[in-house]
Amino acid sequence: MSINTKVVFKVGDDISTDIIYPGRFMATVLPTETPQYAFADTEEFNKKLNAKLIPPDSVIIGGKNFGCGSSREQAASTLKGYDLIVVAKHFARIFLQNSINLGLNTVICPNIDANEGDELEITPTEVIDKTSGKTFAIEPLPKARQAIVDAGGLIPYTKKRLLEKHQNK
Amino acid sequence: MTLVEKILAKATNQASVKSGDVLEPKVDLAMSHENAAIVINQFLEVYKDTGLKANVWDPSKITLIFDHRVPAEGSKTATNQEKIRKFAAEQGIHKFHDIRGDNGGICHQILPENGYVRPGYVVVGTDSHTTSHGALGAFSFGIGGTEMAAVWTLGHALNIEVPGTIKVIVEGKFPTHVYPKDLILHLIGQLTAEGANFKVIEFHGPTIKAMSTSGRLVLCNMSVEAGATSGMVPADEETARYLREEAGVNDRIEMIGPDPDAKYDQVITIDVSKLVPLTACPHTVDNVKPVSEVEGIKLNQIVVGSCTNGRLDDLEIVANVLKGKKVAKNIRLIIFPASGRIYREALKKGYIEIFMESGAVVMNPGCGSCLGVHQGALADGDIALATTNRNFKGRMGNPKGEVYLCSPETAAVSAITGKITDPRKGG
Repeated sequence: MSINTKVVFKVGDDISTDIIYPGRFMATVLPTETPQYAFADTEEFNKKLNAKLIPPDSVIIGGKNFGCGSSREQAASTLKGYDLIVVAKHFARIFLQNSINLGLNTVICPNIDANEGDELEITPTEVIDKTSGKTFAIEPLPKARQAIVDAGGLIPYTKKRLLEKHQNK
Repeated sequence: MTLVEKILAKATNQASVKSGDVLEPKVDLAMSHENAAIVINQFLEVYKDTGLKANVWDPSKITLIFDHRVPAEGSKTATNQEKIRKFAAEQGIHKFHDIRGDNGGICHQILPENGYVRPGYVVVGTDSHTTSHGALGAFSFGIGGTEMAAVWTLGHALNIEVPGTIKVIVEGKFPTHVYPKDLILHLIGQLTAEGANFKVIEFHGPTIKAMSTSGRLVLCNMSVEAGATSGMVPADEETARYLREEAGVNDRIEMIGPDPDAKYDQVITIDVSKLVPLTACPHTVDNVKPVSEVEGIKLNQIVVGSCTNGRLDDLEIVANVLKGKKVAKNIRLIIFPASGRIYREALKKGYIEIFMESGAVVMNPGCGSCLGVHQGALADGDIALATTNRNFKGRMGNPKGEVYLCSPETAAVSAITGKITDPRKGG
């Protein structure tokens, strides 16, 4: 299944969770409330998100080490709230796990080179930039996480495991 | 097997495991701070519609500590804290550290000083600096709130891929004015912020053998700034001494170390005798330069403390520099002892008096300004120097401020001059 979408925001390398979700908003924990603070210190993009000008499945292009820093899960839930897709060269470990656990679509694309406004087609194996005509290979998610993606996120996965444990008692 | 492989083999009852295997190790200790508010929500979500009563798998293996926003900076935090307090009481979680002067403090100090972490343990925490506890020979790593809810439910970490290991051999004697903080900044500069992503850093060598647990905690704490899943020091005589003498542990301590023929992804050797005082410049921790190269930058705020450098030996270094001296005009020097115990010891030793007479402000133990919520936000254009662990844009509460990271001595010497100063030149 492929997704036809557009790049709405492009960032550089080492984008920290402090940029994605500043620490001063950490007392806000509910996934229904965290989206308002997505990229709060990058005012223009935050305003567009809050004004609902960004459709679901829109793409953020990241560089290397996207989501480095804090383990705060709000950094994933804030982007999941808008159903954004993050395509990055690669991700910091905890952010990637949080994203997969919450169902935020993260695409590891080591050579990605796309610009704001580009039209993309994302297939299970590659990102096709229809504007530039270039194609970039996708790296599979860490194998340890695929079972969680397949279960629809970590909550349903854990629920299933909990019920199995009780049935076996 | 490497140290992490040995620990994960033990935690899964297997003779051996290797990097890349996917396992579900049992968890010996599960730590959360105020973000337990997220964990509780997700934990209840797991149990919803199952007809089962939501009880954590083992309350004796869960620890909850308030440190990120203490005392609460606002009603939302206060309400989260109250929710966690009630949950701890309902579930019978006794390793609960409230906002108190007797047993409160920063989670990464509370765990070691109470003997909660032992060599060979698998420790998870909903905080990226959970890497710290590898200093005691544990495999200790940060996870998110939902992942912690799974641990509270099942008692093991789900789908963990055994990480590869970078071996760092540290040799030589530290020159005067150079500290473990300078060593870890050097290593992060060399590896870069992503150089150890999905890997463990295992510290070895004579310099590590001779290093106190406090210094080892600095190294493991900041290993995450190179992306590492955990920093680890194999347990030795010093680990046992720390646990017996400083953490009051009486029961058996199991020593577990890597095999001599362990396979490492990379081996790095560092001679600390060649190091100079270092600083991480804005806005990434791997932007490391000698302090001498940025000397003279005018400062507005200096922060001493955090899970990295708020222990008694750090405060002693700062007190020795500040004794009889004054903090420069227009500089705010804010000091956070890492725990109530450290604060009281610093009081007895006279450090607190020295700090306050110099013009510093001494805060209650906690994360304070490090994460930019309260207790020392920066003004637009402010430049801060801090013994903390992160200098990301916006980190100290303002994206229009800048943060440099350094050792406690560099921070103290610079507080007197009011500008970034090489500690080798004195204050």
